[in-house]
Amino acid sequence: MPSKHSHRAPPLSRRDFLKRLLGLCGLSGGILGASYLLYSDIPVRRRTEKVYTFRDYRVEVPSVYPKMVIVRGKDPEKMLQAALERLGGIGRFVRPGERVLIKPNVGWDRQPEQAATTNPVLVGAAVRACLQAGAGEVWVTDATINDPYRCFHRSGIGPETEKAGGRVKITTESDFLLTDLKGEILKVWPVSKFYHQVDRVINMPIVKHHSLSGCTIAMKNWYGVLGGRRNRLHQQIHTSIADLATAIRPTLTIVDAIRVLKRNGPTGGSLSDVSVENTILAGTDEVALDSYSVRFLELSPDIPFLIIGEQRGLGTRDWRSLHYEEIHVG
Amino acid sequence: MWDKILSLSNIRRLYGAFFFVLFIVLVAITDFRHMKGYEINLFLKIDPLIALSTLLSSWTLYKGLALSLVVIIPTLFIGRFFCSWVCPFGVLNQWVSRILLRTKAAEDYRMNTYRRLYNLKYYILSGLLGLAVLGPLQVGLFDPISLFTRTASTVLMPSALPGLYPKRFIYHGAVLLGLLFLAILFANRFIQRFWCRVLCPLGALLGLLSRFSLFRIWRDVQRCTDCMKCLRDCHGGCDPHRQIRYHECHLCMNCIDDCPEGAIHFGLQRENSSLQAPVEVNRRRLIETAVLGLALFPVLRGTVSASTRSMPSVIRPPGSIREKDFLRRCIKCGECMRVCPTNGIQPALLEAGFEGLWTPILHNRVGYCEFECVLCGHVCPTGAIRPLSVEEKTGRGEFKSPVKIGTAFYDRGRCLPWAMQIECIVCEEVCPTSPKAIWFEVVEVKTRDGRTKPLKRPHLDPKICIGCGICEYRCPVQDRPAIRVSSIGETRSKLNQMLLTGGEVRKF
Repeated sequence: MPSKHSHRAPPLSRRDFLKRLLGLCGLSGGILGASYLLYSDIPVRRRTEKVYTFRDYRVEVPSVYPKMVIVRGKDPEKMLQAALERLGGIGRFVRPGERVLIKPNVGWDRQPEQAATTNPVLVGAAVRACLQAGAGEVWVTDATINDPYRCFHRSGIGPETEKAGGRVKITTESDFLLTDLKGEILKVWPVSKFYHQVDRVINMPIVKHHSLSGCTIAMKNWYGVLGGRRNRLHQQIHTSIADLATAIRPTLTIVDAIRVLKRNGPTGGSLSDVSVENTILAGTDEVALDSYSVRFLELSPDIPFLIIGEQRGLGTRDWRSLHYEEIHVG
Repeated sequence: MWDKILSLSNIRRLYGAFFFVLFIVLVAITDFRHMKGYEINLFLKIDPLIALSTLLSSWTLYKGLALSLVVIIPTLFIGRFFCSWVCPFGVLNQWVSRILLRTKAAEDYRMNTYRRLYNLKYYILSGLLGLAVLGPLQVGLFDPISLFTRTASTVLMPSALPGLYPKRFIYHGAVLLGLLFLAILFANRFIQRFWCRVLCPLGALLGLLSRFSLFRIWRDVQRCTDCMKCLRDCHGGCDPHRQIRYHECHLCMNCIDDCPEGAIHFGLQRENSSLQAPVEVNRRRLIETAVLGLALFPVLRGTVSASTRSMPSVIRPPGSIREKDFLRRCIKCGECMRVCPTNGIQPALLEAGFEGLWTPILHNRVGYCEFECVLCGHVCPTGAIRPLSVEEKTGRGEFKSPVKIGTAFYDRGRCLPWAMQIECIVCEEVCPTSPKAIWFEVVEVKTRDGRTKPLKRPHLDPKICIGCGICEYRCPVQDRPAIRVSSIGETRSKLNQMLLTGGEVRKF
């Protein structure tokens, strides 16, 4: 007896048979080809990330100008103008159309009076000076320890930068590029990508106490370019600082010693930790600038990272041997 | 023509869309950069269920929660308008139903007639309120505004708008929150507005509040031809074709448009208006569930949890009131988790006990408590976290001491200087107090090869430490840090103390 479910399949014509056969061959061929292309003897294919190197941001400064200017006074804007004038004018460092990056110390969520972050008025004045020299764009950036939005806002550096016409560049997790620092211990590290997108870099540290390195001024300020697990750098802090200062050669360094954090650095927090020194420094020799500035912290320039820096030819600890000027403004 | 365009149902659609967008915008701007002075927790404040349940649990109508009167009073007069006109979660469920449910007209009629199942929400409400009377507030698990805010803060925002954050924000158990949310939305596949009709305790509360309302949807029994077209687009499933169940009616106004006879109107009762059906909930069952809720209290109190024993990992955000009161006030809305700039505030799973599910605790491996930040207390709608000033939190000005949320302890077996003679003290560098709670001594240590070298070994001063956890967060021993914070010494607790002198317990 035939099945109850007796619907018959339609007959397969020769033409249909051949068509389908051809199709199946094509499909099998495709699968074979794709397998061949995708075959691999490693489990995960990794893209090799491009590794960048820092460009040299320095400019040639004729020796008629001093290497270091120390300015005392009350008005940060005027003090900066005077310092730049003595150094030959900002036009020596920033040419029209160039993109300038300013790197203040914005590491912490603190207010200006607490002196844990660079003086915001001074940063604003530097932004304005660069723009007056014809800079195409002025960026202000740092890879902060506390929440970046809070750091930039509450330190006053964010608002002052924008007021002056500069742009705040917040560094988020995805803003780092692998960069070869070519250091003794620091090799390839994630570095804020903004450094690879600018022509000139101005270092704008503040003078602060630091328990492990003694002080954080110009050379130590470069910690703020790094991402990744940079807290490991403490294990060999002096060599790390020297490696960073060797890798990044800024166009100009402006040191803020208007309010100095003498204790509890680098975070501070209490006004009793702060002393008012009303001084700024500007120059092109980071070792000399640091060596001069340690006096605010009652230290002498025999700190290991300064010694290493001098040995590597980054500058001199004997700042008196340089052509320097001390002036008073207002 | 304008009559058609400006029909009540179209105006309702505009309101719904407006409030939905407003809700999303308010959650999106809940951070240090954007919140400024905006009422970012507005929806939580106008939620009558939150106001009522916290009122029952601690007999105060806290600050902004008085705003819930703008929903309560109109509901008394016109009924449950909130659900389809204002509630962002209701609006979302409506939209999702529209997308997932594609049915023929005949099925719509069946779908939108009232079912006994819809009574479930009244039992959920009575159970939650019964529990609230004696203590631990669990309303937040089912309150739609808390649920939507929590899910938006911990799941939707971080994945949809990562650009709002300085880093990729991650949340403890976010996958569970996300799955529950998707499940609720997907339930609309089976019953239109499943959440609103079957589960929502806020809807139940508003339904009960509309008991004596004067303005309602009425059906004219003379004009009505029993065509049942009014069921076609009904939001609430309130039987407009029979005796309308006013307590299920969302005032969506669709039945007015759908009625070919013009038999349905919104307003006062008229001559030929149909009788309306009261809440069909069995009063006995209702009391039973309330008693069940009450009975859960001693059961919870008999459990090991953060309110019966101090728990080391239950580090509450600064300004949190003492644990027992905290659980009476916290609605698990996740506003504090959204606003925390470091991603440190996380939804708890079972760390604080069952009743502490999704309450905020700090996970210092993910983030830490920012020293001068007090945002969490200022976004908390119920006062579970009290709004502190920066002076009060950091102990400046008139305040003698800062607010402590815990104390850090060294694990000397993992600490680089202590265990391996390696220079480090990152913890000292980042310690935000002044003077620093972390200090170090310089010791001469003998190395393996017999030489000596100076080494800085860190110590902790428990009287100064505030438990912010930045040391734990920044410790280079990343997986299990060599310095870890536990809740002991927290300012809010009288019992969770170890020092005889020096700690200050403040009554929050």
